[in-house]
Amino acid sequence: MTEFEILGNKDTRSGFGEGLAELGRTNENVVALCADLTGSLKMDAFQKENPERFFQVGIAEANMISLAAGMTIGGKIPYTGTFANFSTGRVYDQIRQSVAYSKKNVKICASHAGLTLGEDGATHQILEDIGMMKMLPNMTVIVPADHNQTKQATIAIAAHEGPVYLRFGRPVMPIFVKPDANFVIGKADLLTEGTDVTIIACGHLVWKSIEALKALEEAGISVELINMHTIKPLDTDAIMKSIAKTGCVVTAEEHMMHGGLGDSVAQFLSRTNPVPQEYVAVNDTFGESGTPMELMTKYSIDTQDVINAVHKVLARKNA
Amino acid sequence: METTALQHIASQVRRDIVRMVAGVNSGHPGGSLGCADFLTLLYFDQMNHNAETYTMDGIGQDLFFLSNGHISPVWYSVLARAGYFPVNELGTFRKLSTRLQGHPSTDKKLPGIRMASGSLGQGLSVAVGAAQVKRLNKDNSIVYCLHGDGELQEGQIWEAAMYASAHKVDNVIATIDWNGRQIDGDVENVISLGDLHAKWAAFGWEVLTMDGHNFTDMKNTLMKAKSLCGHGKPVVILMKTEMGQGVDFMMGSHKWHGVAPNPSQLEDALGQLEETLGDY
Repeated sequence: MTEFEILGNKDTRSGFGEGLAELGRTNENVVALCADLTGSLKMDAFQKENPERFFQVGIAEANMISLAAGMTIGGKIPYTGTFANFSTGRVYDQIRQSVAYSKKNVKICASHAGLTLGEDGATHQILEDIGMMKMLPNMTVIVPADHNQTKQATIAIAAHEGPVYLRFGRPVMPIFVKPDANFVIGKADLLTEGTDVTIIACGHLVWKSIEALKALEEAGISVELINMHTIKPLDTDAIMKSIAKTGCVVTAEEHMMHGGLGDSVAQFLSRTNPVPQEYVAVNDTFGESGTPMELMTKYSIDTQDVINAVHKVLARKNA
Repeated sequence: METTALQHIASQVRRDIVRMVAGVNSGHPGGSLGCADFLTLLYFDQMNHNAETYTMDGIGQDLFFLSNGHISPVWYSVLARAGYFPVNELGTFRKLSTRLQGHPSTDKKLPGIRMASGSLGQGLSVAVGAAQVKRLNKDNSIVYCLHGDGELQEGQIWEAAMYASAHKVDNVIATIDWNGRQIDGDVENVISLGDLHAKWAAFGWEVLTMDGHNFTDMKNTLMKAKSLCGHGKPVVILMKTEMGQGVDFMMGSHKWHGVAPNPSQLEDALGQLEETLGDY
Protein backbone atom coordinates (compact mmCIF):
# COMPACT_ATOMS: atom_id res chain seq x y z
CA MET A 1 0.00 0.00 0.00
CA THR A 2 1.38 3.40 -0.98
CA GLU A 3 1.78 5.61 2.07
CA PHE A 4 2.15 9.38 2.01
CA GLU A 5 3.55 11.02 5.10
CA ILE A 6 1.44 13.96 6.18
CA LEU A 7 3.91 16.64 7.16
CA GLY A 8 1.32 19.00 8.59
CA ASN A 9 -1.85 20.81 7.62
CA LYS A 10 -1.82 24.28 6.10
CA ASP A 11 -3.35 26.40 3.38
CA THR A 12 -1.54 26.93 0.10
CA ARG A 13 -1.89 30.72 0.42
CA SER A 14 0.35 30.57 3.49
CA GLY A 15 2.93 28.83 1.34
CA PHE A 16 2.76 31.79 -1.01
CA GLY A 17 3.17 34.22 1.89
CA GLU A 18 6.20 32.34 3.20
CA GLY A 19 7.77 32.13 -0.25
CA LEU A 20 7.23 35.83 -0.87
CA ALA A 21 8.71 36.72 2.50
CA GLU A 22 11.77 34.64 1.71
CA LEU A 23 12.13 36.35 -1.67
CA GLY A 24 11.92 39.68 0.12
CA ARG A 25 15.01 38.69 2.06
CA THR A 26 16.96 37.18 -0.83
CA ASN A 27 16.02 39.09 -4.00
CA GLU A 28 16.06 42.87 -3.86
CA ASN A 29 14.33 43.13 -7.23
CA VAL A 30 11.14 41.50 -6.01
CA VAL A 31 8.33 43.99 -5.36
CA ALA A 32 4.79 43.18 -4.31
CA LEU A 33 1.43 44.79 -4.99
CA CYS A 34 -1.84 43.98 -3.28
CA ALA A 35 -5.42 45.10 -3.86
CA ASP A 36 -6.68 45.38 -0.28
CA LEU A 37 -6.26 41.69 0.59
CA THR A 38 -2.89 41.67 2.29
CA GLY A 39 -4.03 39.46 5.14
CA SER A 40 -5.98 37.07 2.95
CA LEU A 41 -2.97 36.63 0.66
CA LYS A 42 -0.58 36.32 3.63
CA MET A 43 1.57 39.13 2.26
CA ASP A 44 1.94 40.74 5.70
CA ALA A 45 5.46 39.49 6.34
CA PHE A 46 6.78 40.85 3.05
CA GLN A 47 5.01 44.14 3.66
CA LYS A 48 6.43 44.47 7.16
CA GLU A 49 9.98 43.63 6.21
CA ASN A 50 10.06 45.56 2.89
CA PRO A 51 7.72 48.54 3.21
CA GLU A 52 9.47 50.40 0.38
CA ARG A 53 8.94 47.48 -1.97
CA PHE A 54 5.32 46.83 -1.06
CA PHE A 55 2.59 48.76 -2.87
CA GLN A 56 -0.94 48.90 -1.49
CA VAL A 57 -3.15 49.52 -4.51
CA GLY A 58 -6.56 49.51 -2.86
CA ILE A 59 -9.58 47.99 -4.56
CA ALA A 60 -8.38 48.67 -8.09
CA GLU A 61 -7.18 45.46 -9.70
CA ALA A 62 -6.93 46.79 -13.25
CA ASN A 63 -4.61 49.51 -12.03
CA MET A 64 -2.60 46.91 -10.09
CA ILE A 65 -1.89 44.74 -13.14
CA SER A 66 -0.83 47.65 -15.33
CA LEU A 67 1.23 49.19 -12.52
CA ALA A 68 3.02 45.86 -12.18
CA ALA A 69 3.68 45.77 -15.91
CA GLY A 70 5.19 49.27 -15.68
CA MET A 71 7.31 48.25 -12.71
CA THR A 72 9.13 45.64 -14.78
CA ILE A 73 10.67 48.53 -16.70
CA GLY A 74 13.71 49.26 -14.60
CA GLY A 75 14.30 45.64 -13.66
CA LYS A 76 11.85 44.85 -10.87
CA ILE A 77 9.97 41.56 -10.53
CA PRO A 78 6.43 42.45 -9.43
CA TYR A 79 4.20 39.95 -7.62
CA THR A 80 0.54 40.94 -7.62
CA GLY A 81 -1.81 39.52 -5.04
CA THR A 82 -5.57 39.25 -4.95
CA PHE A 83 -8.25 36.56 -5.26
CA ALA A 84 -8.12 34.43 -8.41
CA ASN A 85 -11.39 35.90 -9.62
CA PHE A 86 -10.05 39.45 -9.47
CA SER A 87 -6.63 38.32 -10.75
CA THR A 88 -7.99 37.06 -14.06
CA GLY A 89 -11.53 37.67 -15.27
CA ARG A 90 -11.69 41.18 -13.89
CA VAL A 91 -8.37 42.18 -15.45
CA TYR A 92 -8.11 39.96 -18.50
CA ASP A 93 -7.54 42.81 -20.92
CA GLN A 94 -4.86 44.38 -18.75
CA ILE A 95 -3.05 41.05 -18.50
CA ARG A 96 -3.48 40.39 -22.19
CA GLN A 97 -2.07 43.71 -23.43
CA SER A 98 0.35 44.90 -20.75
CA VAL A 99 1.64 41.57 -19.41
CA ALA A 100 1.27 38.68 -21.87
CA TYR A 101 1.54 40.47 -25.22
CA SER A 102 4.16 42.85 -23.87
CA LYS A 103 5.97 39.84 -22.35
CA LYS A 104 6.53 41.50 -18.98
CA ASN A 105 8.06 39.78 -16.00
CA VAL A 106 4.94 39.98 -13.84
CA LYS A 107 3.91 37.22 -11.44
CA ILE A 108 0.14 37.14 -11.03
CA CYS A 109 -0.48 35.39 -7.73
CA ALA A 110 -4.04 34.30 -7.25
CA SER A 111 -5.52 33.00 -4.03
CA HIS A 112 -8.96 31.65 -3.10
CA ALA A 113 -9.22 29.89 -6.44
CA GLY A 114 -12.04 27.50 -7.21
CA LEU A 115 -14.90 26.18 -5.10
CA THR A 116 -12.83 25.85 -1.92
CA LEU A 117 -13.09 29.57 -1.30
CA GLY A 118 -16.32 28.31 0.23
CA GLU A 119 -18.99 30.40 1.86
CA ASP A 120 -18.51 33.57 -0.21
CA GLY A 121 -20.25 31.79 -3.06
CA ALA A 122 -20.10 31.80 -6.83
CA THR A 123 -19.28 35.49 -7.31
CA HIS A 124 -15.85 34.74 -5.86
CA GLN A 125 -15.37 31.09 -6.86
CA ILE A 126 -13.66 31.31 -10.20
CA LEU A 127 -13.47 28.05 -12.12
CA GLU A 128 -12.41 29.44 -15.51
CA ASP A 129 -9.11 31.08 -14.63
CA ILE A 130 -6.75 28.33 -15.75
CA GLY A 131 -8.40 28.36 -19.14
CA MET A 132 -8.23 32.12 -19.53
CA MET A 133 -4.61 32.27 -18.48
CA LYS A 134 -3.34 29.30 -20.48
CA MET A 135 -4.88 30.70 -23.66
CA LEU A 136 -2.58 33.70 -23.45
CA PRO A 137 0.64 33.35 -25.43
CA ASN A 138 3.80 33.83 -23.30
CA MET A 139 1.95 32.91 -20.09
CA THR A 140 3.16 30.18 -17.74
CA VAL A 141 0.41 28.65 -15.58
CA ILE A 142 1.21 26.94 -12.28
CA VAL A 143 -1.17 25.26 -9.83
CA PRO A 144 0.85 23.84 -6.93
CA ALA A 145 -0.52 20.94 -4.91
CA ASP A 146 0.10 21.88 -1.29
CA HIS A 147 1.57 24.43 1.08
CA ASN A 148 5.19 23.44 0.61
CA GLN A 149 4.94 23.26 -3.14
CA THR A 150 3.27 26.66 -3.28
CA LYS A 151 6.17 28.12 -1.33
CA GLN A 152 8.66 26.45 -3.62
CA ALA A 153 6.82 27.60 -6.74
CA THR A 154 6.59 31.17 -5.43
CA ILE A 155 10.35 31.24 -5.09
CA ALA A 156 11.04 29.42 -8.36
CA ILE A 157 9.05 31.79 -10.56
CA ALA A 158 11.26 34.73 -9.57
CA ALA A 159 14.07 33.08 -11.52
CA HIS A 160 11.84 32.55 -14.55
CA GLU A 161 11.86 35.51 -16.95
CA GLY A 162 8.32 36.13 -18.19
CA PRO A 163 4.67 36.30 -17.17
CA VAL A 164 3.43 33.68 -14.70
CA TYR A 165 0.01 32.87 -13.31
CA LEU A 166 0.33 31.17 -9.92
CA ARG A 167 -2.92 29.73 -8.57
CA PHE A 168 -3.51 28.66 -4.98
CA GLY A 169 -6.25 28.57 -2.39
CA ARG A 170 -7.76 29.03 1.01
CA PRO A 171 -8.58 25.70 2.70
CA VAL A 172 -6.26 23.99 5.13
CA MET A 173 -5.13 20.77 3.51
CA PRO A 174 -2.54 18.07 4.29
CA ILE A 175 1.06 18.80 3.34
CA PHE A 176 2.88 15.99 1.57
CA VAL A 177 5.55 17.66 -0.59
CA LYS A 178 8.90 17.59 1.22
CA PRO A 179 10.06 21.01 2.38
CA ASP A 180 13.35 20.60 0.52
CA ALA A 181 11.80 19.33 -2.74
CA ASN A 182 13.15 20.90 -5.91
CA PHE A 183 10.35 22.64 -7.84
CA VAL A 184 10.99 22.75 -11.57
CA ILE A 185 8.53 24.67 -13.77
CA GLY A 186 7.09 22.35 -16.40
CA LYS A 187 8.41 19.15 -14.82
CA ALA A 188 5.63 17.05 -13.30
CA ASP A 189 6.01 15.09 -10.05
CA LEU A 190 5.51 11.35 -10.34
CA LEU A 191 3.90 10.42 -7.02
CA THR A 192 3.15 6.71 -7.55
CA GLU A 193 4.12 4.35 -10.32
CA GLY A 194 1.49 2.03 -11.75
CA THR A 195 0.37 0.16 -14.83
CA ASP A 196 -3.44 0.18 -14.99
CA VAL A 197 -4.41 3.85 -15.00
CA THR A 198 -2.79 7.27 -14.95
CA ILE A 199 -4.27 9.98 -12.76
CA ILE A 200 -3.08 13.47 -13.65
CA ALA A 201 -4.10 16.01 -11.03
CA CYS A 202 -3.29 19.54 -9.95
CA GLY A 203 -3.91 21.72 -6.91
CA HIS A 204 -6.14 20.39 -4.15
CA LEU A 205 -7.17 17.46 -6.33
CA VAL A 206 -3.71 15.97 -5.93
CA TRP A 207 -4.46 15.28 -2.29
CA LYS A 208 -7.93 14.03 -3.16
CA SER A 209 -6.29 11.63 -5.61
CA ILE A 210 -3.86 10.47 -2.94
CA GLU A 211 -6.87 9.78 -0.73
CA ALA A 212 -8.40 7.78 -3.56
CA LEU A 213 -5.33 5.55 -3.87
CA LYS A 214 -6.24 3.42 -0.87
CA ALA A 215 -9.59 2.25 -2.23
CA LEU A 216 -8.17 1.80 -5.70
CA GLU A 217 -5.23 -0.26 -4.54
CA GLU A 218 -7.54 -2.36 -2.37
CA ALA A 219 -9.53 -3.03 -5.51
CA GLY A 220 -6.32 -4.32 -7.08
CA ILE A 221 -5.81 -1.35 -9.41
CA SER A 222 -2.26 -0.21 -10.09
CA VAL A 223 -2.33 3.59 -10.25
CA GLU A 224 0.26 5.98 -11.64
CA LEU A 225 -0.37 9.34 -10.00
CA ILE A 226 1.13 12.48 -11.50
CA ASN A 227 1.08 15.89 -9.86
CA MET A 228 0.88 18.17 -12.89
CA HIS A 229 1.64 21.39 -11.07
CA THR A 230 2.47 23.23 -14.29
CA ILE A 231 -0.45 23.40 -16.70
CA LYS A 232 1.54 25.41 -19.20
CA PRO A 233 4.05 24.46 -20.43
CA LEU A 234 2.58 20.99 -20.05
CA ASP A 235 5.00 18.15 -19.24
CA THR A 236 4.06 16.12 -22.28
CA ASP A 237 6.99 13.74 -21.81
CA ALA A 238 5.61 12.66 -18.45
CA ILE A 239 2.17 12.10 -19.98
CA MET A 240 3.51 10.12 -22.95
CA LYS A 241 5.64 7.92 -20.75
CA SER A 242 2.81 7.15 -18.36
CA ILE A 243 0.13 6.59 -20.98
CA ALA A 244 2.43 4.16 -22.77
CA LYS A 245 2.21 2.02 -19.64
CA THR A 246 -1.41 2.49 -18.61
CA GLY A 247 -3.35 3.29 -21.78
CA CYS A 248 -5.96 5.44 -20.01
CA VAL A 249 -6.14 8.60 -17.96
CA VAL A 250 -8.19 10.40 -15.36
CA THR A 251 -7.61 14.13 -14.99
CA ALA A 252 -8.59 15.83 -11.75
CA GLU A 253 -8.79 19.51 -10.99
CA GLU A 254 -10.72 22.18 -9.11
CA HIS A 255 -11.70 23.96 -12.31
CA MET A 256 -14.24 23.93 -15.08
CA MET A 257 -13.93 20.93 -17.37
CA HIS A 258 -13.70 23.35 -20.28
CA GLY A 259 -10.30 24.93 -20.49
CA GLY A 260 -8.62 23.24 -17.56
CA LEU A 261 -5.86 20.70 -17.01
CA GLY A 262 -7.96 17.88 -18.44
CA ASP A 263 -8.52 19.91 -21.55
CA SER A 264 -4.77 20.42 -22.00
CA VAL A 265 -4.10 16.71 -21.50
CA ALA A 266 -6.86 15.76 -23.95
CA GLN A 267 -5.58 18.15 -26.59
CA PHE A 268 -2.13 16.67 -26.33
CA LEU A 269 -3.28 13.05 -26.35
CA SER A 270 -5.76 13.53 -29.19
CA ARG A 271 -2.86 14.59 -31.38
CA THR A 272 -0.40 11.94 -30.24
CA ASN A 273 -1.92 8.90 -28.59
CA PRO A 274 -5.69 9.03 -28.07
CA VAL A 275 -6.77 6.94 -25.07
CA PRO A 276 -9.91 6.81 -22.92
CA GLN A 277 -10.03 9.82 -20.59
CA GLU A 278 -12.36 10.71 -17.75
CA TYR A 279 -12.56 14.12 -16.13
CA VAL A 280 -12.91 15.02 -12.48
CA ALA A 281 -13.82 18.68 -12.87
CA VAL A 282 -16.75 21.04 -12.55
CA ASN A 283 -19.11 20.57 -15.45
CA ASP A 284 -20.38 23.86 -16.86
CA THR A 285 -21.96 25.23 -13.70
CA PHE A 286 -21.31 27.99 -11.19
CA GLY A 287 -20.67 27.14 -7.55
CA GLU A 288 -22.56 28.33 -4.46
CA SER A 289 -22.09 28.98 -0.76
CA GLY A 290 -21.01 26.10 1.48
CA THR A 291 -17.98 24.74 3.25
CA PRO A 292 -15.08 23.86 0.96
CA MET A 293 -15.47 20.14 1.55
CA GLU A 294 -19.25 20.21 1.10
CA LEU A 295 -18.77 21.96 -2.20
CA MET A 296 -16.14 19.54 -3.45
CA THR A 297 -18.58 16.71 -2.75
CA LYS A 298 -21.61 18.40 -4.26
CA TYR A 299 -19.78 19.45 -7.41
CA SER A 300 -18.19 16.04 -7.91
CA ILE A 301 -14.53 16.85 -7.40
CA ASP A 302 -14.04 14.78 -4.26
CA THR A 303 -12.14 11.61 -3.43
CA GLN A 304 -15.05 9.38 -4.40
CA ASP A 305 -15.32 11.11 -7.76
CA VAL A 306 -11.69 10.24 -8.51
CA ILE A 307 -12.41 6.61 -7.59
CA ASN A 308 -15.52 6.54 -9.77
CA ALA A 309 -13.68 8.09 -12.70
CA VAL A 310 -10.93 5.48 -12.48
CA HIS A 311 -13.44 2.64 -12.57
CA LYS A 312 -15.21 4.24 -15.49
CA VAL A 313 -12.08 4.79 -17.53
CA LEU A 314 -10.86 1.25 -16.83
CA ALA A 315 -14.18 -0.12 -18.01
CA ARG A 316 -13.83 1.84 -21.25
CA LYS A 317 -10.24 0.74 -21.70
CA ASN A 318 -11.12 -2.91 -21.17
CA ALA A 319 -14.32 -2.85 -23.20
CA MET B 1 15.86 73.91 -29.98
CA GLU B 2 14.54 76.97 -31.82
CA THR B 3 10.85 77.04 -32.64
CA THR B 4 11.51 77.24 -36.37
CA ALA B 5 13.65 74.11 -36.19
CA LEU B 6 10.92 72.30 -34.27
CA GLN B 7 8.30 73.40 -36.78
CA HIS B 8 10.58 72.12 -39.50
CA ILE B 9 10.63 68.65 -37.95
CA ALA B 10 6.91 68.68 -37.14
CA SER B 11 6.07 69.43 -40.77
CA GLN B 12 7.99 66.35 -41.88
CA VAL B 13 6.35 64.29 -39.14
CA ARG B 14 2.95 65.34 -40.50
CA ARG B 15 3.98 64.35 -44.01
CA ASP B 16 5.10 60.98 -42.66
CA ILE B 17 1.76 60.50 -40.90
CA VAL B 18 -0.46 61.10 -43.88
CA ARG B 19 1.81 59.09 -46.19
CA MET B 20 1.89 56.16 -43.75
CA VAL B 21 -1.87 55.90 -43.35
CA ALA B 22 -2.52 56.53 -47.03
CA GLY B 23 0.03 53.83 -47.91
CA VAL B 24 -2.05 51.12 -46.24
CA ASN B 25 -5.43 52.84 -46.44
CA SER B 26 -5.82 52.47 -42.67
CA GLY B 27 -4.70 54.04 -39.43
CA HIS B 28 -5.50 57.14 -37.42
CA PRO B 29 -4.34 60.44 -38.93
CA GLY B 30 -6.50 62.89 -36.94
CA GLY B 31 -5.06 62.48 -33.46
CA SER B 32 -1.62 61.82 -34.90
CA LEU B 33 -1.54 65.20 -36.67
CA GLY B 34 -2.87 66.86 -33.53
CA CYS B 35 -0.02 65.53 -31.40
CA ALA B 36 2.78 66.05 -33.94
CA ASP B 37 3.96 69.31 -32.38
CA PHE B 38 3.91 67.95 -28.84
CA LEU B 39 5.82 64.75 -29.58
CA THR B 40 8.33 66.63 -31.70
CA LEU B 41 8.97 68.99 -28.81
CA LEU B 42 9.18 66.13 -26.32
CA TYR B 43 11.71 64.05 -28.25
CA PHE B 44 13.76 66.84 -29.82
CA ASP B 45 13.83 69.35 -27.02
CA GLN B 46 12.44 68.26 -23.66
CA MET B 47 13.14 64.64 -22.84
CA ASN B 48 16.45 63.34 -21.60
CA HIS B 49 16.86 60.33 -23.85
CA ASN B 50 19.30 58.78 -26.29
CA ALA B 51 18.22 56.59 -29.18
CA GLU B 52 21.70 55.08 -29.48
CA THR B 53 21.76 53.84 -25.91
CA TYR B 54 18.12 52.75 -25.85
CA THR B 55 17.29 49.88 -23.51
CA MET B 56 13.99 48.52 -22.32
CA ASP B 57 14.83 49.46 -18.71
CA GLY B 58 15.81 53.02 -19.65
CA ILE B 59 17.91 53.52 -16.54
CA GLY B 60 19.02 57.15 -16.25
CA GLN B 61 16.78 58.28 -19.12
CA ASP B 62 13.32 59.81 -19.27
CA LEU B 63 10.60 57.43 -20.41
CA PHE B 64 7.58 58.02 -22.62
CA PHE B 65 4.44 55.87 -22.81
CA LEU B 66 1.76 56.37 -25.43
CA SER B 67 -1.49 55.31 -23.81
CA ASN B 68 -3.71 56.25 -26.77
CA GLY B 69 -1.87 53.76 -28.96
CA HIS B 70 -4.00 54.38 -32.05
CA ILE B 71 -1.99 57.52 -32.80
CA SER B 72 1.01 55.27 -33.46
CA PRO B 73 1.86 57.01 -36.78
CA VAL B 74 3.02 60.19 -35.04
CA TRP B 75 5.05 58.23 -32.50
CA TYR B 76 6.67 56.05 -35.15
CA SER B 77 7.58 59.07 -37.22
CA VAL B 78 9.07 60.98 -34.28
CA LEU B 79 10.98 57.90 -33.09
CA ALA B 80 12.41 57.30 -36.55
CA ARG B 81 13.30 60.95 -37.06
CA ALA B 82 14.95 60.93 -33.60
CA GLY B 83 17.13 58.00 -34.64
CA TYR B 84 15.48 55.02 -32.95
CA PHE B 85 15.16 53.07 -36.19
CA PRO B 86 15.66 53.72 -39.93
CA VAL B 87 13.29 56.29 -41.40
CA ASN B 88 12.68 53.99 -44.38
CA GLU B 89 10.98 51.54 -42.04
CA LEU B 90 8.03 53.94 -41.79
CA GLY B 91 6.96 52.55 -45.16
CA THR B 92 6.25 49.18 -43.54
CA PHE B 93 3.58 50.60 -41.21
CA ARG B 94 0.74 48.08 -40.72
CA LYS B 95 2.16 45.72 -43.33
CA LEU B 96 2.69 42.01 -42.71
CA SER B 97 5.70 41.23 -40.46
CA THR B 98 6.37 44.91 -39.74
CA ARG B 99 7.79 46.14 -36.46
CA LEU B 100 5.40 49.09 -36.85
CA GLN B 101 2.23 47.31 -35.81
CA GLY B 102 -1.12 49.06 -36.15
CA HIS B 103 -0.92 49.79 -32.45
CA PRO B 104 2.45 49.97 -30.67
CA SER B 105 3.82 46.70 -29.38
CA THR B 106 6.97 45.30 -27.85
CA ASP B 107 6.38 42.03 -29.64
CA LYS B 108 8.58 42.86 -32.64
CA LYS B 109 11.10 44.74 -30.51
CA LEU B 110 10.86 48.14 -32.15
CA PRO B 111 13.32 50.41 -30.29
CA GLY B 112 11.63 53.14 -28.30
CA ILE B 113 8.52 51.17 -27.39
CA ARG B 114 8.37 49.70 -23.93
CA MET B 115 4.73 48.65 -23.66
CA ALA B 116 1.93 47.62 -25.96
CA SER B 117 -1.01 50.00 -26.05
CA GLY B 118 -4.22 50.28 -27.98
CA SER B 119 -6.76 48.96 -25.55
CA LEU B 120 -7.31 52.30 -23.85
CA GLY B 121 -6.92 53.39 -20.27
CA GLN B 122 -3.90 51.35 -19.22
CA GLY B 123 -0.99 53.68 -19.92
CA LEU B 124 -1.32 55.92 -16.89
CA SER B 125 -1.00 52.91 -14.57
CA VAL B 126 2.01 51.71 -16.56
CA ALA B 127 3.68 55.13 -16.39
CA VAL B 128 3.03 55.45 -12.66
CA GLY B 129 4.45 51.98 -12.02
CA ALA B 130 7.55 52.80 -14.05
CA ALA B 131 7.88 56.10 -12.18
CA GLN B 132 7.77 54.34 -8.82
CA VAL B 133 10.55 52.02 -9.94
CA LYS B 134 12.61 55.07 -10.99
CA ARG B 135 12.34 56.18 -7.37
CA LEU B 136 13.28 52.72 -6.05
CA ASN B 137 16.29 52.75 -8.36
CA LYS B 138 17.24 56.25 -7.17
CA ASP B 139 16.89 57.41 -10.78
CA ASN B 140 15.78 61.04 -10.98
CA SER B 141 14.48 60.81 -14.53
CA ILE B 142 10.92 61.71 -15.45
CA VAL B 143 8.21 59.47 -16.88
CA TYR B 144 5.96 61.05 -19.51
CA CYS B 145 2.72 59.66 -20.85
CA LEU B 146 0.13 60.82 -23.34
CA HIS B 147 -3.60 60.10 -23.31
CA GLY B 148 -6.57 60.93 -25.45
CA ASP B 149 -9.34 62.97 -23.90
CA GLY B 150 -11.91 60.37 -24.91
CA GLU B 151 -9.66 57.83 -23.20
CA LEU B 152 -10.44 59.52 -19.89
CA GLN B 153 -13.83 57.80 -20.06
CA GLU B 154 -12.01 54.59 -19.11
CA GLY B 155 -12.34 53.96 -15.37
CA GLN B 156 -8.81 52.68 -14.95
CA ILE B 157 -7.45 56.16 -15.69
CA TRP B 158 -9.07 57.38 -12.49
CA GLU B 159 -7.86 54.38 -10.51
CA ALA B 160 -4.34 55.33 -11.55
CA ALA B 161 -4.97 59.02 -10.88
CA MET B 162 -6.15 58.26 -7.34
CA TYR B 163 -3.24 55.90 -6.73
CA ALA B 164 -0.57 58.29 -8.03
CA SER B 165 -1.58 61.09 -5.71
CA ALA B 166 -2.11 58.76 -2.74
CA HIS B 167 1.41 57.40 -3.26
CA LYS B 168 2.85 60.86 -4.00
CA VAL B 169 4.26 59.78 -7.35
CA ASP B 170 5.81 63.12 -8.26
CA ASN B 171 8.04 62.13 -11.15
CA VAL B 172 5.33 61.56 -13.72
CA ILE B 173 4.03 64.14 -16.21
CA ALA B 174 0.85 63.03 -17.94
CA THR B 175 -0.45 64.97 -20.93
CA ILE B 176 -4.01 64.87 -22.20
CA ASP B 177 -4.60 65.41 -25.90
CA TRP B 178 -7.61 67.64 -25.35
CA ASN B 179 -8.97 67.85 -28.88
CA GLY B 180 -12.58 67.33 -27.88
CA ARG B 181 -13.16 64.63 -30.50
CA GLN B 182 -13.64 60.87 -30.40
CA ILE B 183 -14.82 58.27 -32.89
CA ASP B 184 -18.54 58.85 -32.43
CA GLY B 185 -18.34 62.63 -32.38
CA ASP B 186 -17.52 65.45 -30.01
CA VAL B 187 -16.47 64.24 -26.57
CA GLU B 188 -18.95 66.67 -25.09
CA ASN B 189 -21.79 64.85 -26.84
CA VAL B 190 -20.54 61.29 -26.45
CA ILE B 191 -19.83 61.39 -22.72
CA SER B 192 -18.97 64.80 -21.36
CA LEU B 193 -15.80 64.96 -19.29
CA GLY B 194 -17.34 67.77 -17.26
CA ASP B 195 -14.87 70.08 -15.57
CA LEU B 196 -11.66 68.31 -16.48
CA HIS B 197 -9.42 70.73 -14.64
CA ALA B 198 -11.43 70.35 -11.44
CA LYS B 199 -11.50 66.57 -11.78
CA TRP B 200 -7.72 66.21 -11.94
CA ALA B 201 -7.28 68.76 -9.17
CA ALA B 202 -9.75 66.86 -7.01
CA PHE B 203 -7.73 63.70 -7.60
CA GLY B 204 -4.71 65.49 -6.14
CA TRP B 205 -2.78 66.37 -9.29
CA GLU B 206 -1.02 69.58 -10.26
CA VAL B 207 -2.95 70.71 -13.32
CA LEU B 208 -1.45 72.80 -16.12
CA THR B 209 -2.92 73.76 -19.48
CA MET B 210 -1.20 74.58 -22.75
CA ASP B 211 -1.73 75.16 -26.43
CA GLY B 212 -0.49 72.02 -28.19
CA HIS B 213 0.34 73.95 -31.35
CA ASN B 214 2.31 76.79 -29.74
CA PHE B 215 5.90 75.73 -29.15
CA THR B 216 6.70 78.63 -26.85
CA ASP B 217 3.70 77.92 -24.65
CA MET B 218 4.48 74.20 -24.62
CA LYS B 219 8.13 74.80 -23.70
CA ASN B 220 7.18 77.08 -20.85
CA THR B 221 4.53 74.69 -19.60
CA LEU B 222 6.83 71.68 -19.72
CA MET B 223 9.53 73.61 -17.87
CA LYS B 224 6.94 74.47 -15.25
CA ALA B 225 5.80 70.83 -15.11
CA LYS B 226 9.36 69.65 -14.56
CA SER B 227 9.86 72.20 -11.81
CA LEU B 228 6.79 70.80 -10.07
CA CYS B 229 8.27 67.30 -10.05
CA GLY B 230 9.68 66.17 -6.75
CA HIS B 231 7.16 68.08 -4.69
CA GLY B 232 4.84 65.28 -3.70
CA LYS B 233 2.22 65.54 -6.45
CA PRO B 234 1.88 64.10 -9.92
CA VAL B 235 1.49 66.56 -12.79
CA VAL B 236 -1.03 66.58 -15.62
CA ILE B 237 -1.07 68.91 -18.60
CA LEU B 238 -4.36 69.53 -20.39
CA MET B 239 -3.17 70.20 -23.92
CA LYS B 240 -5.57 71.95 -26.26
CA THR B 241 -5.13 70.59 -29.76
CA GLU B 242 -6.96 70.42 -33.05
CA MET B 243 -7.56 66.97 -34.47
CA GLY B 244 -6.07 66.87 -37.96
CA GLN B 245 -3.90 69.97 -37.34
CA GLY B 246 -1.97 71.02 -40.44
CA VAL B 247 -4.31 69.54 -43.03
CA ASP B 248 -7.26 71.87 -43.53
CA PHE B 249 -9.86 69.33 -44.62
CA MET B 250 -9.06 67.08 -41.67
CA MET B 251 -9.59 69.81 -39.08
CA GLY B 252 -12.79 70.87 -37.38
CA SER B 253 -14.48 67.50 -36.93
CA HIS B 254 -14.01 63.96 -35.65
CA LYS B 255 -14.34 62.46 -39.11
CA TRP B 256 -10.60 61.89 -39.66
CA HIS B 257 -10.06 60.07 -36.38
CA GLY B 258 -9.51 56.74 -38.09
CA VAL B 259 -9.84 57.27 -41.83
CA ALA B 260 -7.00 57.35 -44.34
CA PRO B 261 -6.91 59.89 -47.17
CA ASN B 262 -7.37 58.64 -50.73
CA PRO B 263 -4.69 59.46 -53.34
CA SER B 264 -6.11 62.85 -54.30
CA GLN B 265 -6.71 63.79 -50.67
CA LEU B 266 -3.14 62.73 -49.91
CA GLU B 267 -1.88 65.00 -52.64
CA ASP B 268 -3.94 67.84 -51.23
CA ALA B 269 -2.58 67.19 -47.73
CA LEU B 270 1.04 66.97 -48.84
CA GLY B 271 0.61 70.26 -50.66
CA GLN B 272 -0.06 71.84 -47.28
CA LEU B 273 2.94 70.26 -45.53
CA GLU B 274 6.47 71.24 -46.47
CA GLU B 275 8.94 68.42 -47.03
CA THR B 276 11.78 69.45 -44.75
CA LEU B 277 13.85 66.39 -43.89
CA GLY B 278 13.15 64.27 -46.93
CA ASP B 279 10.32 61.78 -47.29
CA TYR B 280 11.03 58.16 -46.42
